[in-house]
Amino acid sequence: MNPAFSVIFLTTLLGAGQGVFLALFVIEARAAAGLLTAPSVMFYWMGSAIALALLAAGLLASFLHLGHPERAWRAAAMWRTSWLSREVIVLPAFMVAVAGYGWAHWQGLPGTLWLGAAGAAICLGLFLCTAMIYACIKFLQEWATPLTLVNFVVLGCASGVTLATALAAVLDEAITGITGAWAIALTCTGLLTRAASLWRNARLKPRSSLQTAIGVKHPRIVQKAQGFMGGSFNTREFFHDRTPGALRAVKWVFLACAFVIPVLLLAAGLATAVPVLLALACAVQFGGLIAERWFFFAQANHPQNLYYQAVS
Amino acid sequence: MNAPLQAVPDRTETKNTTCYMCACRCGIRVHLKNGEVRYIEGNPEHPLNRGVICAKGASGIMKQYSPARLTQPLRRKPGAERGAGEFEPISWDEAFRLMEERLRSIRATDPKKFALFTGRDQMQALTGMFARQFGTPNYAAHGGFCSVNMAAGMIYTIGGSFWEFGGPDLDRAKLFVMIGTAEDHHSNPLKIAISKFKRRGGRFVSINPVRTGYSAIADEWVPIRPGTDGALLLALTHEIINTGLYDRDFLARYTNSGYLINLDPASDQCGMPIRSGAAQAGDNPDHRHDQLWWDRHSRRAVPNHTAGADPALLGDYRLEDGTPVKPAFQLLLERVREYTPEWAAAITGIPAARIRRLAHEMGITARDQKIELPIAWTDSWGKEHDTVTGNPVAFHAMRGLAAHSNGFQTVRALAILMSVLGTIDRPGGFRHKAPFPRAIPPAAKPPKGPQAVQPDTPLAGLALGWPAGPDDLFVDADGGPVRIDKAFSWEYPLAVHGMMHNVITNAWRGDPYPIDTLLIFMANMAWNSTMNTVEVRRMLNDRDGEGEYRIPFLIVCDAFQSEMTAFADLVLPDTTYLERHDVMSMLDRPISEFDGPVDSVRIPVVPPKGECKPFQEVLIELASRLKFPAFVTADGARKYRDYPDFIVNYETEPGSGIGFLAGWRGRGGEKAMVGEPNPRQWEMYEKNNCVFHYRLPRSYQYMRNWNQGYHEWAQRTRVRRYTDPIVIQIYSEVLQKFRMAAEGRGDSQRRPPAHLQERIATYCDPLPFYYAPLEVQTTDTARYPLAAITQRPMAMYHSWDSQNAWLRQIHTHNYLFINGKMAATQGIADGDWIWVESMHGRVRCMCRTSEAVEPGTVWTWNAVGKAQGAWHLAPDANEARLGFLLNHVIAEELSTADGRPISNSDPVTGQAGWYDVRVRITKAAADEPAATSPQFAALPAAPGTSGVRRLWQAFVAGKGDFR
Amino acid sequence: MTQLALVIDLNVCVGCHACVTSCKEWNTSGAAGFMSDDNPYDRDPTGTFFNRVQTFEVGEFPNTQTVHFPKSCLHCEDPPCVPVCPTGASYKRPEDGIVLVDYDKCIGCKYCSWACPYGVREIDEHQKVMKKCTLCVDRIYDTKLPTAERKPACVMACPTNARLYGDIHDPESVVSKAIRENAGYALMPEWGTQPANHYLPRRKTEMRIHEDELERADNPLKIDGRLPKPGIKDPSLDDVTSW
Repeated sequence: MNPAFSVIFLTTLLGAGQGVFLALFVIEARAAAGLLTAPSVMFYWMGSAIALALLAAGLLASFLHLGHPERAWRAAAMWRTSWLSREVIVLPAFMVAVAGYGWAHWQGLPGTLWLGAAGAAICLGLFLCTAMIYACIKFLQEWATPLTLVNFVVLGCASGVTLATALAAVLDEAITGITGAWAIALTCTGLLTRAASLWRNARLKPRSSLQTAIGVKHPRIVQKAQGFMGGSFNTREFFHDRTPGALRAVKWVFLACAFVIPVLLLAAGLATAVPVLLALACAVQFGGLIAERWFFFAQANHPQNLYYQAVS
Repeated sequence: MNAPLQAVPDRTETKNTTCYMCACRCGIRVHLKNGEVRYIEGNPEHPLNRGVICAKGASGIMKQYSPARLTQPLRRKPGAERGAGEFEPISWDEAFRLMEERLRSIRATDPKKFALFTGRDQMQALTGMFARQFGTPNYAAHGGFCSVNMAAGMIYTIGGSFWEFGGPDLDRAKLFVMIGTAEDHHSNPLKIAISKFKRRGGRFVSINPVRTGYSAIADEWVPIRPGTDGALLLALTHEIINTGLYDRDFLARYTNSGYLINLDPASDQCGMPIRSGAAQAGDNPDHRHDQLWWDRHSRRAVPNHTAGADPALLGDYRLEDGTPVKPAFQLLLERVREYTPEWAAAITGIPAARIRRLAHEMGITARDQKIELPIAWTDSWGKEHDTVTGNPVAFHAMRGLAAHSNGFQTVRALAILMSVLGTIDRPGGFRHKAPFPRAIPPAAKPPKGPQAVQPDTPLAGLALGWPAGPDDLFVDADGGPVRIDKAFSWEYPLAVHGMMHNVITNAWRGDPYPIDTLLIFMANMAWNSTMNTVEVRRMLNDRDGEGEYRIPFLIVCDAFQSEMTAFADLVLPDTTYLERHDVMSMLDRPISEFDGPVDSVRIPVVPPKGECKPFQEVLIELASRLKFPAFVTADGARKYRDYPDFIVNYETEPGSGIGFLAGWRGRGGEKAMVGEPNPRQWEMYEKNNCVFHYRLPRSYQYMRNWNQGYHEWAQRTRVRRYTDPIVIQIYSEVLQKFRMAAEGRGDSQRRPPAHLQERIATYCDPLPFYYAPLEVQTTDTARYPLAAITQRPMAMYHSWDSQNAWLRQIHTHNYLFINGKMAATQGIADGDWIWVESMHGRVRCMCRTSEAVEPGTVWTWNAVGKAQGAWHLAPDANEARLGFLLNHVIAEELSTADGRPISNSDPVTGQAGWYDVRVRITKAAADEPAATSPQFAALPAAPGTSGVRRLWQAFVAGKGDFR
Repeated sequence: MTQLALVIDLNVCVGCHACVTSCKEWNTSGAAGFMSDDNPYDRDPTGTFFNRVQTFEVGEFPNTQTVHFPKSCLHCEDPPCVPVCPTGASYKRPEDGIVLVDYDKCIGCKYCSWACPYGVREIDEHQKVMKKCTLCVDRIYDTKLPTAERKPACVMACPTNARLYGDIHDPESVVSKAIRENAGYALMPEWGTQPANHYLPRRKTEMRIHEDELERADNPLKIDGRLPKPGIKDPSLDDVTSW
């Protein structure tokens, strides 16, 4: 696939926003359980505002992806069959929940925990919808795996919690340690789950081949002409035209930037109590996840590509 | 209150006309919406294409609305170089005045200084008539570099040829052998027929260096080295004769196989058939049918077709006077004796066993799967037959055989193989299309000498004709050529389609003489229609010592801004096919079917763009102004208002009843083929799908070389003058006459110049033989080992104009296809930039490796490459940047030992040998630019072409955006 | 239930691209139009087409097959592109099985094209909606057309009649018979999309010659004395042996 930045930003921004919100909710829950000192109200509503901003930015990015954004409302129609449609319903619902959650905290209303629980449930639903948009396409074998959902959840949470840690360092130093620990744990987990999907995808055997694509049983089939020479939607949308070397480079960059460096920065930031390091961890990780998502799309080898191999 | 808006309903209409996106001439239905072309579909009621249409036909809209269209007459700007493409618009009045003045003075002094050469036009009857009336012999169409070998080789053998003249009867064939077709000619009808043939279980063998297009769906692909088809055909004939798989009855009765050939070396007539001088079959003074047979029953020589006699086909005999004779078939047998499959295997690259098997498949299918139709007919010698029989082996061949300098003899070999199998004008084999078969050779003759060209007088003779011997050559007293292209000279005696490919070079050199004005219609002689393109472009722009252009005045008529129009002094904007009247005339090359004559018309479906004027109207206007006898009345008044009027009212002779169109003749349209002019003829064509189809009675549909009933019908309808049989020339008397002249013998007093004697004696062989193409003979094949050929892709086949916005997406640039293993030996990989180099030049291009090309051949799609800026393409368009022409490495002349220029052509017919070139390929250096070479300076857009460059477009008919 | 479809006979397709441009020509001014072209006369021209003809080489020289392969929307019976569409713009008609896009509902998210393994959907870069083969739905039900012409433009155009059209659920239809009798197959069966369009494979007609078919009693060489009967007086074993 040719990665589209609108979708890359959509998924990464949503993930981070969801992660921030989940961090807030878990902190509140643990505080309610007396497991940690409750942070300030400002932490909640600022956190919620940031989550909401990320979600809104993601939503905006998604509009850029559309040929007809003015008809986007129609996308809610097919929720029975389409994960995309479900996402279109769940995302605003989640945004409302986040807004309500932050507002409730701001206003000092009771029941925020219950509100947060509802929000968290919607949040998990949103993770499911977003991930399933990709995981449900069975012939995109790189995506059609539970690891896609796992990675969307873990990477979204990792980036969100790293952000929450940076936020805590500014607003509520007391909880920095615990959120930082979570961030490190989630990022490490993300490294494992993402590495697992890399390992899996490297060993994928494409089920489609030129033989099944054109129905000719012969070991040696070579396309000579795809039927047009100046490119088409099929060559622009599904080919990234980057070399395998470039792809490998992006892979190492995202493994470093999304996982290794943020963990080191988080650890250093927690150890030295320098908030800039945590902010830097947050920024590097987000950049790394952009690269990760780019790679996620680029690595997906669409079976339609079998039909578009050569011009002459 | 405003009145409610009245929606204007869309105005839709459907009009019938004839396609011209290629030369097939399919019937089309053009749907119009508000005057714009909405949809062009095949006309289901048209006999040629029966409703189908090809990729080009369906893209006619993009031709009609091409931004490259010329819309006004243009004159080269004073001071601008030819080729720079700098023009100023002028009026038609001015253009006509310019031409009239110039042509009048040429005509009044030396008419041959005016030359008219046309590309793939379908109006040769009119253009040829114009030239003849002007008085110039320097006229031809593009046949000389197209497929004249195919026409001449077959017509001089069986009286007909492929495509418009005849073709394979795939309705009834069981085995179909296609040899040497480059995706070309008779596109839709052949596709329809092959598909039906395959579905009926017929076996399809394709012999071709490359497997694309038609070959792709062959049951068997036989890869062959280019230019070696003659060797294969002769080996097949060898095997068929030696296993006794030939159709003896057919050969004996319908060919000259049994004719006794004089072998007395002392005789002046040695090598000619013995003639009795007695009464003859038929009524044709040009063709006496008094040759002798050796009757194997009475064991003596008898006049051919003596009742009860059966000719010996083999053996050697002595006449009563002691003259040693052999039947022609015996000579053929002796000729092919050395042409064994093993011999051919070494030349063609096809294993001997495979050649044998192919021969057996042909012979056994022909012998054992005979077709018998309950159709009674009478042959030319009065014998009544209860049935028409046929041997279901059909062939089709075209440029792959023709475009070699050994092509004439190769095509002769093919026609003889087809005859040996007994498949001529019989069901399941080859079938003629009216007005074929013609006499061998046809009656039309070129003028006999320079005296035929006189000021202010029509040419005495036809510019193009069919020589029957040295007396019909168009040469001066010294044996030198009279035509600018040297056709019908001793260099190319049977150049029956002329030699357009040498006109510019000869005129530039002033050899045999300089000319003044060259009028080119629809031919891209500065690009893909010429060999040696770089040099020819230089010649077009070259000046003599006094600063005058060597070709002083160049007029080009075309509908589009091409590479060629850039060189013109005067550009005439032609219309597209949707804007004009045209006729596919019986006087020219009609679209006849096996079952009878068919002609058709084009009728304008949209008005001409800008000031575009059909070329025919230009010719008729000029002819009237110059007062050509056929175009003015006795008192000098203009005879024809315009082209449609000319078509209706012109008769070949006053009162002859023969005109351009054969349908709906007679005052009320009640007559066919012959009849008085019908003022409502166009209307009647229009009402009948623009096509006239005359179906012959079944008994006249077969065996037409020798079918008495058919001949009588043909005589009544003036298709033929005589009713004599057209006997297949296994042994060619015509060629023998030329050879005898070279040997200083024979009836003709004409003798070739000394330096051409050996050439004539060698190549004018009355029996087919194989020789390596002339260019190959002079090439160091160790240095240049690869044959380089081209094909036109089906989506662009015959698309000689307009870079079509839809079709160019399919073929935007071209690659050189090379065999994968061969590429590996050169260290070349798929997609590499390479140099293709011949003795004559080199081209840089990209390559594609392929398993569908034999290792000794490289090939490319022809004419996809364009010069920068031509056809209204951006200078950096893929066609110019990545596309290329192979023409740059092909020469129009051969190097000769004596330094005399000679065309790179077949020594018999002058067919351009543009498939003969040998090349080598090398990898381009890494630091070379990623663009093809050579490149040419970008042409500016000509005045009158579109001033708008659309970044994108979306054609929707009826909105008026594209008018 | 009806399922209209094309059956493409690779045994007769010569790769002429007639289906490609006739489709474009019909549809650009039709209900599925327009079909835009970018850089129409510039570098890298590119445009919207519903149908493409591709070329493949199978095997190695000299045992090479050149396969011309036309491809357009296969109108799957279980089309993966339909359920993923968030707006319902992409739909399969229950009455005839044609998969269509409702341009008024399409938001141009391209998701359906991702969900098609065959690469037959193309977004129009200027109308910004997803386009694809409609089986010329604006022709096949047009009662103003003669019955014989109520077929997709590509089918009408195809010079080798390599494109058959009909209802594959009707066992008596031309297409069902062709699939049944000529081993018709579907593309990428591994995804269970059940394409309605089918392809017919290459079929090879061969000729077998027995050696004893080569020479027959009426071999003409006998007539012309090349295989002469020996003379009665010519030497024979009778002259020299006595058993």
